[in-house]
Amino acid sequence: MFYASMFFQYVSQYVKTRFQYRANLFVEFFSDLLSQAVNFIFILIVFGHTSLLHGWNRDEIIFIYGFFLVPFALFSAFFNIWDFNDRYIIKGELDRILTRPIHSLFQIVLERMELESLLGALTGLVVMFYSGSRLGIELKWFDPILFIVFVVGGALVYGGVFVMLACVSFWADARTDIMPMMYNISNYGRYPVDIYNKVIRFVLTWLLPFAFVGVYPAAYFLGKKEWFSYAFLTPIMGVLFFVVSIFVWNQGVKKYRGAGN
Amino acid sequence: MMLAYRTNYYTGILIYSINIGAYYFLWAAIYSGKQHIEGLSVTQMTTYVAVAWMARAFYFNNIDREMAVEIMEGKVAIELIRPYSYLGMKTMQGLGEGIFRLLFFSVPGLVIASFIFPVKFTWNPTVWGLFGISILLSFFINTLLNLLTGITTFFLFNNSGLIRAKRVVIDLFSGLLLPMSFFPGWAQDVMKYLPFQGISYVPSMIFTNGFSHQQAISAIWQQFVWVLVLIVPIQLLWILAKKQLIIQGG
Repeated sequence: MFYASMFFQYVSQYVKTRFQYRANLFVEFFSDLLSQAVNFIFILIVFGHTSLLHGWNRDEIIFIYGFFLVPFALFSAFFNIWDFNDRYIIKGELDRILTRPIHSLFQIVLERMELESLLGALTGLVVMFYSGSRLGIELKWFDPILFIVFVVGGALVYGGVFVMLACVSFWADARTDIMPMMYNISNYGRYPVDIYNKVIRFVLTWLLPFAFVGVYPAAYFLGKKEWFSYAFLTPIMGVLFFVVSIFVWNQGVKKYRGAGN
Repeated sequence: MMLAYRTNYYTGILIYSINIGAYYFLWAAIYSGKQHIEGLSVTQMTTYVAVAWMARAFYFNNIDREMAVEIMEGKVAIELIRPYSYLGMKTMQGLGEGIFRLLFFSVPGLVIASFIFPVKFTWNPTVWGLFGISILLSFFINTLLNLLTGITTFFLFNNSGLIRAKRVVIDLFSGLLLPMSFFPGWAQDVMKYLPFQGISYVPSMIFTNGFSHQQAISAIWQQFVWVLVLIVPIQLLWILAKKQLIIQGG
């Protein structure tokens, strides 16, 4: 209850600060849309030169991309921790966080949220409905429920991986650029995993399971039976990775000694 | 200073290799069965991707973001009273970083990439010469666009959105993600009148021998003209900006 009220107070504060620079907020919405459009255009242009990508057609690839946008929007709205090392460890901000009466990770999530990223989920839904209707996908009554479960699972996979990466800075003092690297690797999950070789496929499924954010759950809605078992693993992988990441985080906070002044 | 953080340096090379890898597999899947698309073979395409990313290490810089921070925090006031041209100083800082990355990052990175992926180099010195001129010009085009975005902070006060939008536009329209020749005809016609393809498409096509000698020379001339054209609005906005400077806190 306390956590929920904290959450809403932070949201209302957040909205106020964002509206201070209205013009910029508008441009940020626009730039988000633009970057989604760029990936979309990329797919369109590629399929101007080929009709199938390892047996997946254009609308299926677009559908996967649309699905990917929804958990990714959730993730970017609440796990905006890619500069955790710089902001909290090197500048010593974590000292302040630890004096607060709520869980340290939750506090950081609140401070760093970027609610405007949620707009990406809307784009994702539009893209999915567009390609879904072209593919003639029929929805069963439980599909919306599964959709929510898969989306949350995917967002938790992302969140878990990135929280674990942030935890690296509890043990290693050096500045690392692992985070942006992961953003690049996560791009792999947007395309069917069968185009990659075995090693990359294994990594994307079990070690850095970004395939669970895009292609696996989307394959369920596309009716690709050979991927169903992977699709249903999505929520399990999400919860597993997230729980492990919280555990690592708690260990890391115990280890934290403070830096700077 | 940049070698001080070694992990950063190694992960940087890894990031670029991973990007090249992602696009290599994607292109291999797109080419499956086809010999040529738009006059480029799959080997040329892999080389294109590898060179495009490595050239990016040279021309890429964060001047726009740094300028935005300096203007927002009011530090720019001190920069303005120093006895040098602020914009010139920023450009040279970017060039210095670029040359460092070219020698310690792009060159080893390209060698590593050529071991992993089927990248094919040319040993024709004319091609290397033209490529050299071309990436220098692409650095200037990209940097001038960065300065232009940076200066808008004077008028917009907070332009992180604009900076992000500019980066996305450049990634697509510069030919980093895919060569301009893959775009539909009308889009190519529009792009001819924009400076973006001078950033990545021109040097990468020269390197992969996708351009004939004649095409390469005229493309380099176009890059040069764009450098001159872009200086004009920057100077105008700079004069205007200095007149109506508002220091926000600081």
